[in-house]
Amino acid sequence: MANIATSDGSAVVIIGSGAGGGTLANELCQKGIKVVLLEAGKRESSATFINDEWKSFGQLAWLDKRTTSGTWRVATDFPNLPAWVCKTVGGTTTHWAGASLRFQEHEFKARTTYGDVADANLLDWPIDLAELAPYYHRAEYKMGVTRTNDVPGLPGNNNFKVLYNGAQKLGYKKCSTGHMAINSRLRDNRSSCMQLGFCFQGCKSGAKWSTLYTEIPKAEATGHLDLRTQVHVLRVEHNAAGKATAVVYVDAAGAQHRQKARVVAIAGNSIETPRLLLNSASSLFPEGLANSSGQVGKNYMRHLTGSVYASFDEPVHMYRGTTMAGIVQDEARFDPSRGFAGGYEMETISLGLPFMAAFLNPGAWGADFTGMLDAYTNMAGMWIVGEDMPRETNRVTLNPDVKDQYGMPVPNVHYDDHPNDVAMRAHAFSQGRKLYESVGAKRVVETPPYPSTHNLGTCRMSADPKLGVVNPHGQTHDVPNLFISDGSQFTTSASENPTLTIVSLAIRQSDYIASAMSKQLV
Amino acid sequence: MDLRNPPSGELSRRDMLRRTAVLFGTIAASSTLAALAPSRAWALELQTLSQGDGDALLAFAQTLYPHATLPTAVYALVVKDLDGAAAKDPELATLLRGGTSQLDSAAGTTFATASPDVRLAAAQKIEATPYFAKVRSTCITSLYDNEMAYAHFGYEGASWPKGGYIRRGFNDLSWLPNPPASASPTVGLL
Repeated sequence: MANIATSDGSAVVIIGSGAGGGTLANELCQKGIKVVLLEAGKRESSATFINDEWKSFGQLAWLDKRTTSGTWRVATDFPNLPAWVCKTVGGTTTHWAGASLRFQEHEFKARTTYGDVADANLLDWPIDLAELAPYYHRAEYKMGVTRTNDVPGLPGNNNFKVLYNGAQKLGYKKCSTGHMAINSRLRDNRSSCMQLGFCFQGCKSGAKWSTLYTEIPKAEATGHLDLRTQVHVLRVEHNAAGKATAVVYVDAAGAQHRQKARVVAIAGNSIETPRLLLNSASSLFPEGLANSSGQVGKNYMRHLTGSVYASFDEPVHMYRGTTMAGIVQDEARFDPSRGFAGGYEMETISLGLPFMAAFLNPGAWGADFTGMLDAYTNMAGMWIVGEDMPRETNRVTLNPDVKDQYGMPVPNVHYDDHPNDVAMRAHAFSQGRKLYESVGAKRVVETPPYPSTHNLGTCRMSADPKLGVVNPHGQTHDVPNLFISDGSQFTTSASENPTLTIVSLAIRQSDYIASAMSKQLV
Repeated sequence: MDLRNPPSGELSRRDMLRRTAVLFGTIAASSTLAALAPSRAWALELQTLSQGDGDALLAFAQTLYPHATLPTAVYALVVKDLDGAAAKDPELATLLRGGTSQLDSAAGTTFATASPDVRLAAAQKIEATPYFAKVRSTCITSLYDNEMAYAHFGYEGASWPKGGYIRRGFNDLSWLPNPPASASPTVGLL
């Protein structure tokens, strides 16, 4: 592992070690470029991951104070936990379920396809599927995505059997165990899936791709990576010419450091990334770094989500095996005859008893609620992931009234469901209910959104610098050596789980950064 | 007072008399938990709360999250956790003591000995209070995140020590047809 001096301004400094930052770090290191990778959390491992929902949550989740506002139910149920993301080496790739889906062609052209949706801030991506396809291919290969590159699909569990049979009854055609970055056989020195059932708690077998035990050790092996853990970045600094020069962070002992940088790439997930830009405001960038467009923090998207849990007369034991064991993709199409733009995926999900009690219907009590828990072993479940509308008013801002442990303003996350989101969720709940009732569900519960795992759009990609924060390579329009490398770049959310696209964009960005460095453009 | 740190089932009579606040009971022989517990008898000695507070909390937890066959020993975990937290948090102790009065007042009698219907109506009356919110949220973690609850509800907990479910029933559901291999391939070589 490299030991790069704080006064050494020749390295790329990456903030965040998850899907975006961890991948970018490895890709650059493989090209011989020096990288300082700053991670706020500790380094865990498959050995230290915990098969216990609350204990694991305490180990991995980002629990720094945040505030919420808006009409979304998360603000009521979890007012200080808008997002369920991770503060640990590997970031939220420790927690993610592994679904790895390419966006559809039309989803890169949301504004053109969906038209002028009132009270939405739709914009076409400045790239299309053809442009991203080679990088999707590289990401799928890197991550070992099932049903790509001759990697077999995973075997479905009991929860999938229920989903599959219901899907057949409803006439759905696209139902399988899907495209998962979970090894279905030994690959890349990682074991195959043991059907542990604790995908959200960090994979103890290492079958599920995470930058923690793939990208990061591979980057370390090059000798070009300097990974620093438990360091929290306070701000990015720049010079009079408007170029980023350094990153200021606090280490675990509370000491401040200033790491000089040739290039800075921010991948702190879609809440911390805009927060850092806003907290880096200066006389040259009074509205926040790279925010001449005013779009930093705006267009926050979190996917339309919701879950449908159903109980049956017979046992299911849905918690056995992969959490996201299969998918129905028929509703992911664009079909405005359903009464909304965009589409949604239906993916199996399960929660252990502790989390089921906490998330099935937050705040509920009484015999109606406990009656469902009594049927715990007979429950099946699905998660709905749908495209939500970008809105300028859905945004991450600094909360001047609440400070974190470093004295910095905490992020406030404001979200109001768009009428399109409401219509899509109602349709998805209805279809989910029908699916389970078609195979004998005795009771169906429509579970409201969990704290957001798919946080997107707060530094969006745009061709026009006035309409977004970064260009098609994630390079900020305002600061040429400042990049955004996570889901914040997303122009729109599409209906697919975002990780594969984040990884693909990071690979593509690494090529661009390496090229720009070699040409002395940054 | 979970199965890893079992309560004493052999609390002496002298101890019982000396302590003023003790919750105790017996796990029914028919319960799935009877075989797991080292002793069917259980007792919880309160550190901070009074007998009346403890009795009220126990009855309140059973009113909020009624499960017909869930042993009282599991509900006692709510009391144990709140009593333990109150020992370190005087404001919480005050909140919990005041809550007993609120429950009794809402019930028009001693809440802990009131009928289920009266308890339910009383709980609804105080739903907007901080006491209600504190006890309700504690119930979620205290009731459902322990090994007795896992056994009762049929959740198998940590799977890693047992090698996961790949050979232990991850796909053993037999009341629906198996999907075709194209949708759900068979288990490959490990």
